[in-house]
Amino acid sequence: MSDIAQARASLLLRLLEGDGHASPRERRAAFNDIELEPPVSGLVDKVAKDADSVSADDIKAAIQSGFTEDQIFELIVCAAVGEADRQHNAALAVLDAATAGP
Amino acid sequence: MRLAILDNGHSFSTKMLFAIIRAASRHPTPEPLKLMKYRPDFFGAPMQKLMNEAMRGPSAWSVADRELMAAYISKANRCEYCTKAHAAVAALAYRDDAKATAVLVDLESAPIEAPLRATLRMLGKLAVNQTISADDVRSVLVAGASREQVSDALAVCFALNVIDRLANAFAFAVPGREAFAAGAKFLLSRGYG
Repeated sequence: MSDIAQARASLLLRLLEGDGHASPRERRAAFNDIELEPPVSGLVDKVAKDADSVSADDIKAAIQSGFTEDQIFELIVCAAVGEADRQHNAALAVLDAATAGP
Repeated sequence: MRLAILDNGHSFSTKMLFAIIRAASRHPTPEPLKLMKYRPDFFGAPMQKLMNEAMRGPSAWSVADRELMAAYISKANRCEYCTKAHAAVAALAYRDDAKATAVLVDLESAPIEAPLRATLRMLGKLAVNQTISADDVRSVLVAGASREQVSDALAVCFALNVIDRLANAFAFAVPGREAFAAGAKFLLSRGYG
């Protein structure tokens, strides 16, 4: 059986608590898809919920609002990992429930 | 790429590596490699470890099965680049071009075993609806997959749910079939680590 638990924890620790161009608060907000101001909040929400709809204009608007490319890079990565993490945790809980004994 | 730093912000040594890869493969530098090698300490290095464990770590699923899962999840996430990339690896791993294509066209009629079909169905539902129910999981178990196999499939799903989103958000350029075939040979022989 493969085990990504340790690798997943290391990834999250690095993204959310390690050094970065965006602040730890901003990275955590992107990860949780909450508490960011427009237009970055819209970009982050699209990455989490409908990444196929992200446009060049979304990223351009975020940069024009004062974020650097490195900050946008970090926030998009955090948003993607955050949504994947929520889905994964929920699915593992369902797996546990489905295989729990009587 | 929608961020210039992902095209040309890499270190000098990484740019040299990309030049060697382009010369040896006669194809553009793969977009996922540009992503993973940009400030790799932040994302690429820890993500590559996770990808390799999910896609190449010990599992009752074969490498081909997991690559097929990756392609199927990517299709559900509407990520053209990753769908084609992982379908190419699955085809190579199965030594069967038709199987991956058949699954991506119509899961229910594709020539695959019941446990894999049920697992793909569950993964597609998770990717599209962003949630699954206990009944969805029980259907996979009833079809013959073990609890460990479900867990392994969910690990693949986590990895692709990250990469698909980034490929779409950063607008990975989709190359031709030959480039994906070349990438598939590399990924099958070397993995993701």
